[in-house]
Amino acid sequence: MPSRLQPMTVAAVIGFAAAAVAPLFVPSWTTLVALILAKAIVVLGIIVLLQAGQVSFGHAMFFAVGAYAAAFWGKYLGIGDLALYLLLGSVLATLSGLVVGLFVVRYREIFFGMLNLAFSMVLWSLLEKMFHYTNGADGIRVARPTVVGMTFSPDAFQFVILYVSLTLAVVAFALVQRYLDSPLGHMLRAIKSNETRLEYLGTSARRVLLAGYVLSAFLGGIGGVLVAVIQGIATPEFGFWTKSGEFVFIAILGGVGHALGAFAGAAVFEIVRFFAAAKLANAWQLILGVVLIVIILFAPNGLIGLVTRSSRAKGDN
Amino acid sequence: MRLKSTAVAVFAAAAMFAATAHAQDKPSEIKIAITTFLSGPASVFGVPGKAAAEMIAEDLNKKGGIGGVPVKLSFIDEGAGGEALVSNYRRVVQDEKVDATFASISSGSCNQLVPVAEDLKVMNLMWDCGAASILEAKKYRYNFRTQANATPEMLAVLVYLLKTKPNFKTIAVVNQDYAWGRESWEIFSTALKAMKPDVQVVAELFPKFGAPDYSTEVSRLLALRPDVVFTTSWGGDLDTLVRQSGQRGLLQQSTFVLAIGESSIQRLGKELPEGLIVGARGDHWFLHPEKKDDAAFKAFNQAFKTRTGAWPIYPVYHMAQAFSALSGAYDKAIKANGGKWPTREQVIDAAAGLEFATGFGRPVTLRPEDNQGLEAQLVGVTKAAPGYDFNVLDNMMIFDAKTITTPAGTKSVEWLKTLKPDFINMNVPTFKH
Amino acid sequence: MNSTLAILAILDGISYAALVFLVSVGLSLIFGVLRVVNVAHGSLYAYGAYLAATLSIAVAPISPWLTYPALLIASVVIGVTCGGFIERFLLRPVYGREEVLQLLITFAVFMIMDNLQRLIWGVQPIFASEPLKLLPNVRVFGVTYTSYQVVLLPLVAIVTLVGLRYFLRYTLSGAVIMAVTEDREAATAIGIDAQRVYLLTFIIGATLAALGGALALPTTSLVPGMGTDMIVLSFAVAATAGLGQIEGTAVTALMIGLARAFVIYIHPEFEVLVPYLLMVLVLLVRPLGLFGTSKARKI
Repeated sequence: MPSRLQPMTVAAVIGFAAAAVAPLFVPSWTTLVALILAKAIVVLGIIVLLQAGQVSFGHAMFFAVGAYAAAFWGKYLGIGDLALYLLLGSVLATLSGLVVGLFVVRYREIFFGMLNLAFSMVLWSLLEKMFHYTNGADGIRVARPTVVGMTFSPDAFQFVILYVSLTLAVVAFALVQRYLDSPLGHMLRAIKSNETRLEYLGTSARRVLLAGYVLSAFLGGIGGVLVAVIQGIATPEFGFWTKSGEFVFIAILGGVGHALGAFAGAAVFEIVRFFAAAKLANAWQLILGVVLIVIILFAPNGLIGLVTRSSRAKGDN
Repeated sequence: MRLKSTAVAVFAAAAMFAATAHAQDKPSEIKIAITTFLSGPASVFGVPGKAAAEMIAEDLNKKGGIGGVPVKLSFIDEGAGGEALVSNYRRVVQDEKVDATFASISSGSCNQLVPVAEDLKVMNLMWDCGAASILEAKKYRYNFRTQANATPEMLAVLVYLLKTKPNFKTIAVVNQDYAWGRESWEIFSTALKAMKPDVQVVAELFPKFGAPDYSTEVSRLLALRPDVVFTTSWGGDLDTLVRQSGQRGLLQQSTFVLAIGESSIQRLGKELPEGLIVGARGDHWFLHPEKKDDAAFKAFNQAFKTRTGAWPIYPVYHMAQAFSALSGAYDKAIKANGGKWPTREQVIDAAAGLEFATGFGRPVTLRPEDNQGLEAQLVGVTKAAPGYDFNVLDNMMIFDAKTITTPAGTKSVEWLKTLKPDFINMNVPTFKH
Repeated sequence: MNSTLAILAILDGISYAALVFLVSVGLSLIFGVLRVVNVAHGSLYAYGAYLAATLSIAVAPISPWLTYPALLIASVVIGVTCGGFIERFLLRPVYGREEVLQLLITFAVFMIMDNLQRLIWGVQPIFASEPLKLLPNVRVFGVTYTSYQVVLLPLVAIVTLVGLRYFLRYTLSGAVIMAVTEDREAATAIGIDAQRVYLLTFIIGATLAALGGALALPTTSLVPGMGTDMIVLSFAVAATAGLGQIEGTAVTALMIGLARAFVIYIHPEFEVLVPYLLMVLVLLVRPLGLFGTSKARKI
């Protein structure tokens, strides 16, 4: 097969390169870009589940697990290393994904979403109310960790965390794309189109969904650690239903057909919110809501869908 | 000839260099970024705070600005959430290169932004956030709190209570469940235990922040019948608590202490009855007994009422304090620099130990050891008065800042434990409405 | 916890449950018929409260008793206008598409309505408690209650419950709604206009949410963000009961209301945990909810 450079790959390379280079020119964008990348990693997990046609309305719980892993380490064990935060966060998130997943993969559609919502709200209420462990609604400060043993000045750290997030984002992106192209990924899509036939083939739909669920929990945990470190704080809001809604919003906005959608969606969402909070402080929710409705009504495959549709129209594919 | 002209040129260059080394060019404007709540429940503080800032900046610019330079304001909404807040803060400091920031209302926002301000080496005035721990945990160079913090605020209310109702036996607390609610109770109860150990706490209720309904809590308190009910709630939560308690007779059965209730007095109107003890997070009251006949004070209050429809509340005066502190620091730095425009570092140096006065209350001092503001505290009791459709404050006591603020270098809770019952014997002037 | 406190807790639980039921039953009804999870339900609740406040403040000087009809009118206006608009222009284009898209449309509507609410009614807390003040207080074991909360609200909830049940089972419109819920294709085949049924149902559900808000108004202060907590709470109740189950929602609302009240008396820290913990436990054992019935899987 002739190796053609897929337009999506080109777009991805351009996007990631821009993320790496732009903040060098506009330093105040470092935090914003890092946040976009970190959140997009979580949204990758949502996209994985959406392949199976399932929406989790509680994904914020894995995000919160990752964030609080970093926060608790700092609170109880002193300042640690970013690598260790990531390790702890991802392990805890994966384990909780396994435990919760064992329960939720028996359900589909609205019941899947509802049960996930329930679990995440239980976690949220514990984080909010167990004041003596979690500091309640104000959350726990996350001091700057060392990175692979090295300490950085505040300015330099912003760039370090940006490039760490970028690296992890690229890895996650490649991983998820490979996963979706793999047999497991195809089986996930089979759950959406016709689950019974999948079972007739001898595969357990539940196992397939569980694998996807655990992967998405893992990604959620990584994103949670990164955001907690970037922002320097972990709060119970990280596990609230509106945060889960935000992740789903971003997934649909970007487009669920391709892993790049997570990044496109996160970029648009965060950039709009960032500028709207500064310039139009009274209307950022309004703007985002209208954007989402417009996307759903007119571009249901999200921003990525718009791009692929136009390239297909040009006869590229 | 060549040598001479070269020497002249070098000399001139050196002279110019020497001159610029001591002076900055006077900027065309002083840019201030202010974080405040423009959405969410705390917008009851944030929106008046913004109106105050705009009004004060206009007045200031009419008089020529700070050191002859006009000020320009920009606002960041704390309500948009932590991510947007930190990103926007960095943007205004690094891209728009503001000269100073006023951040923030919420202690949560302050917790996030204070380290960032220190990192970015920009002057930040904590204009409204009350958590004492921020400046007790670490010494900052660029961050200053131009108001008191929860410790003197709670202590003043407690001493007022002990002076006016010395014989109460039981107390209950109903606070919002977040850092402010928890910390303010910790401060109050630690001091209470130290000064009146025989008091029994019959209930500690921490309803969720933003809870729309306190019915069950009110029922419980009606059943428990405490002598005193203490709350540091504010905004809609306080309104609901007071009104639901009033509807069911709890306000008559127990003495309510609204530690920061000054901001709700006008809004609640007659739903806030007489006889409640109310604190003001500083010596803030639009009928401040020491200032109420002062022309400038009256003019300011009237201008604010005309502009927004309501008399000022404490966030308004806190904003005035931040401006006053900024002007004071610049003026002091300019004078120290021989009349030339100071560098940022010189302004920071000037701010340490600065005493400033808005003219709307007693002067405030920025303690050089930890940049904590020393602000007097006013506490009173509600009483009806002709001419107002809400109950005003009467029997007001104004507490001197130094006596009731944690000494520098000590943690508040530790200091409070050392207080003795005779602490309340302090001499405090009382003012009638 | 002696028997006196238990009785007090029961009274508190019942009055809380009444409001929660009104909001949740609308959500449940909408899901049962349209199969859409209406995230904007909380905003409809908030708008009902805010409009009721505006109307109450306007009519109270004329006669405080007018505030009662004001509450009712506000609910109906919000239900019909907002509910109708949302269904007709925002949901109808996406029927037949994936459920997640329909849900996200309502999520977007929630964001928009939340923002507009701030722009229309501002950020200061608003209150209008005339309806509550008109009714006397009652004393139970030495504790004063407002009869608004312990008598009127439960009464309205019961009337709503009975009325809905009667409507759905014994009237023609109700039968039509049930038919469309049961089998849309067959119903359309015999000439029922499913589109109108959806519109009607959404409006009824929205009106119930707005009614919940209007009735909550006299007891509370209206602040920005009041819809957000109500949304997830009504989800919890509706999902635990079984989406689409009217009577079940009443039972579940009562259960959650009582549990919450008792917890506040015994261990107040766990108050917010209660609804979600119950939801998890119930859904793990009975995924369709306490009263949900399963549908045959279509292959």
